[in-house]
This record gives sequence, structure tokens and C-alpha cells, in this order.
Amino acid sequence: MMFAVRSATVRFGQTLALDNVTVEVPGGSVIAVVGGDGAGKSTLLRALAGEVRLDSGTIEAPSKQRLGYLPASAGSWAALTVTQNIDFVAGIYGLAGDELTARRAELLSRASLTSAAGRLAAQLSGGMRRKLGFVMAVVHRPALLILDEPSTGIDPVSRIDLWRLVSEAAASGAAILMSTTYLDEAERAARLVVLDSGKILVQGSYDQVRAGFTGVVAQTSEPVRSEWAWRRGRVQHEYWPGGDPPAGATVVVPDLEDIVTALALAQRNAVLS
Amino acid sequence: MTAVQLRARHVTRRFGTFTAVHDVSMAVQPGEVVGLLGANGAGKTTLIRMLLGLLPVTSGSVELLDGPPDRQRRRRLGYVPQGLGLYGDLTVRENLSFSAQAYGVAEPMLPPALAARAGALVRELPLGAQRQVAFLAALAHSPEVLVLDEPTSGVDVLASASLWDTIRAQADHGAGVLVTTHYMQEAQQCDRLLLMSNGQLVAEGSEADIIGSTTAVAVHASDWAQAFAALDAAGAAVMLAGRAIRVANACPAELQQVLNAAGIQASLEAVPATIEERMLVLARAMDTS
Repeated sequence: MMFAVRSATVRFGQTLALDNVTVEVPGGSVIAVVGGDGAGKSTLLRALAGEVRLDSGTIEAPSKQRLGYLPASAGSWAALTVTQNIDFVAGIYGLAGDELTARRAELLSRASLTSAAGRLAAQLSGGMRRKLGFVMAVVHRPALLILDEPSTGIDPVSRIDLWRLVSEAAASGAAILMSTTYLDEAERAARLVVLDSGKILVQGSYDQVRAGFTGVVAQTSEPVRSEWAWRRGRVQHEYWPGGDPPAGATVVVPDLEDIVTALALAQRNAVLS
Repeated sequence: MTAVQLRARHVTRRFGTFTAVHDVSMAVQPGEVVGLLGANGAGKTTLIRMLLGLLPVTSGSVELLDGPPDRQRRRRLGYVPQGLGLYGDLTVRENLSFSAQAYGVAEPMLPPALAARAGALVRELPLGAQRQVAFLAALAHSPEVLVLDEPTSGVDVLASASLWDTIRAQADHGAGVLVTTHYMQEAQQCDRLLLMSNGQLVAEGSEADIIGSTTAVAVHASDWAQAFAALDAAGAAVMLAGRAIRVANACPAELQQVLNAAGIQASLEAVPATIEERMLVLARAMDTS
């Protein structure tokens, strides 16, 4: 089973939100989309979910009955309880009776939400609400699961619950496309897609992306070229695309955060020059 | 200059039979950035709302700028709540103009990235840009105290680095800054940390003080998802860091047994624990109590 967005271009007025983007999402794997604000992450996800019309390109996605989508916003109804939210969505997909009871209990337990089953969604913490949104997106065992920043604003304990649910959905065969601003999460994906200004900067497995990265990242307290530097904790990192830092610079092994930031800066600085 | 920007003395807050904050004492001095850590629901936001005089205490006392947190003192405060407190249906310029007039100060200058979007409705901006606007609005009146609720949640790397430059500059000018967060990367930007769990202050000081006696083992397996599933099913306190699985307060020999039984090849390594692992250990202790 393979789903895909092929050669997709989307314009919003003057803005080119997606520029000839191709991403394949095979069954049983997690594909992570990363990139800064306005990079086009949500547009890509919404395109695959059939929520945005393409100006050109094609979409290969299952019918709505076999698709699960967690939008970046709440994803649940504040005035309904956790159980009511799940049952309402399950009803749309024709899930009822013993089958629903069993599926609901299983998901609530895996999401550590069992004790909150009778609570109104409005009274849940941010992390619990996000987990509820995930449960609602996955209740009908969709073949394609699209998750828009499922972990943003969630504490580390709830993030583990979420990853348990994500990896179980992938293990049972679902194709998963998710966006995230946390790059350590993206490392876990089978493939990652780095977007900037609607274009794919790089795409591949974490190892491929690392192997394809050229240039050098140096650690410094005083960057030489501020337009090539960014803050990492108490120090700054500076990218030398030609691999030629000044003598005595402390070169670091770049992690995914360094690589994505360096690529975005290279793109921006190339546009400006 | 005031002596203490924010202070709580034995503060407790109950909602009915539920105790949201229990006997918390803390302070923020001028020029320091203090990180308030804790899982969702630990009591961080309730404590902040009391410190700012937005919610009465059940017992204990709070001080803002050496006195009660009244309207006069709140004028000298900059607060960016998690919801940002902006008007989505107003433009960037209108939002900033509104808050500048409320404080009786000049409208702040827009940085180049925002200047191009001055006429855009706030709700149409990406989250990182919205946070920048909320910061500008909160800083226009040169506040002496800055309170920020998860300032860089959902913000990309470059935008979050620039927000932290702004926070640091405020502290360097003498402001006391209180930042709530549950991300290690934000915690590492702070001068001092406080950790709340279940409404109580359970640790304070440096990162090492917060981590305390928590230990961790890193598990490197070729298929992280398989190893995660096996250790998780065995009830271990699992965390994920990239593709490594980390287990808090675990015995390596027992983990090895679980992995062997599941037929998973993996290497184990004792590693320094993180703040997130301390938070996980606290959460699990709560679940079993």
C-alpha cells in the first residue's frame, strides 16, 4: 500500500505554498515533515488529506472512510466528554456495539486516558487533549494517518504516550505522514522531508540526510558572520557551507537540528545574495 | 530597582477538594531567568496566576515588585500567556497599537520580518510570527518583570533562537524573567530551575539539582520501534531520544533480559539522566500512589 503527493503545486493568492512537491508515504512507516514557520508543512498534509485543492499535481490517497486526519487545531469537541468525542467519530465510520467498546477501551488505555474517560474535553490538559485527538483520528484503523504537529505543546510524559500510539499504528500497517517542530522526533521516522518556502530542501532517511550534508558547523561564543549563525543553548552555532571555518574553530558533529537550520540559512542567504 | 520581582511564601490554592498548588515558596530576583518546570497539570499556570494577582491564594502570600500584585504593579509587568492574548481579527499593527495605548507608550518598531506583515490579520500568521507579535506587545512598556508561559512551544529553531536572544537581553537590562516550560532545550537557557509536580515544588537549582539521583540507560537497537514496544510492555520507564530508547532508574541486566526474551539485539549504555527523565519518574510515582 502506497500513498503519495506527486508534483504538487499550491498557490494562495500571490504565495506559492507548495512548489512541485513529491512525497511518498508507504504503509507501515512514519514519514516526518519538518521545516520552519510557513514552510508549507500544513499545506502538504492538508493536500494529502484532500482539504486543499492542488493547482497542479496529483494525490494518491484512500477514500475518506480509510483516512484519519488530526489537524493542528484542537481535533475534539470541548463540550463533549472524552468517551462522547470518541463514540461520535466512531459512529461516523459505522463502528458500534462491542467492537466500539473494545476499541475505545484499548485506545484509552494505550493513551493513558482511561481515568479521564468521563471528563469534558474542555477540562483536559493540553497533552491529554492532543492524545484524545489522536485517538479520534485512529479509532477506525485508517490505512492512511495524517498528523499535523501531534506533539506541539505536550509534556514529555504525554509525548511518550503519543509515540506509543504512533508506532503501534505503523506496526499494524498504517501509512503515517506527520509534521513536527521537534527534530529529535523526526530522527525516528523512516524518512524525513525538510521543507522551506514550499520547496523540498532534502528528503530521505536520517542517515541519508546526514550523509548528504556538506560543509562544517562550528561552535562559537562570537559568530564571525551573524547571518550564518543561530543560538544553541548558551552558545551559538555557525555554518560554513564551504567547509572552511577559521583556524582554531570548534567543529561539532551536526545533529538534525543543525542540519535543518543550516540548510534553511543556505536557502535564505542564497535568495538574498 | 526593586529587591525581588516575584515571590511566593507558602502559597496553597485549592479548587473545591482539589489542591492545585501546595505550600510553594519561591522568588525571582532582578536580572535572572528562572525556569519553572513540570508536566501539564503540575500547577505551573495556577502558581503564575496567583503571583500576578489574577487568582486569589487559598493561603500564604505573594509579592510582585515588592508589594501586592495590584493593578499599579501589573503595569510594570510583561506577560505572554500560552494563548498569547492577541486579537486574531486585528492586524499586527492594530494589536501593537492597542497594547501600546493601553500602557500609554509609543508603538514598538517592527523587525524587518514582521514589517512586511504589519497589515496581516494575526490569526493568518504562522505561530512563530504570532509569538513574536505577542513578545513585542509585552515588551513595549519596558517591563521590570517578564512572565512567559511556554514561550517557544511550536516555534521553529531559528525563530525560537531569536526569541531567546530577546529574553536574555531583557534579563541583561535587569528584568526578572520567569519562564514555564517542559522542554529541556528551554530549561538549559535558564539561570536557575524550579520543578513542580502534583502542585508541589519538588526540586530547585541547577539542571543537576533537578535531575537529582535519577539514572538512565540508553538502549541502541537496529529497530527502535521493536525495542520500544518490548520495554514499554515490560513496564519500564521508557523515553525516546532520537532513535535511542532511554530507560529511567532501570537495572541494565533486567532490561537485557527483556530484550533477549523478545529476541532483540541491542547495546546498553549507562548515560547521564535528563530533566525529562526526572519528570517521567515523578509522573509514574504519582500514578502508582
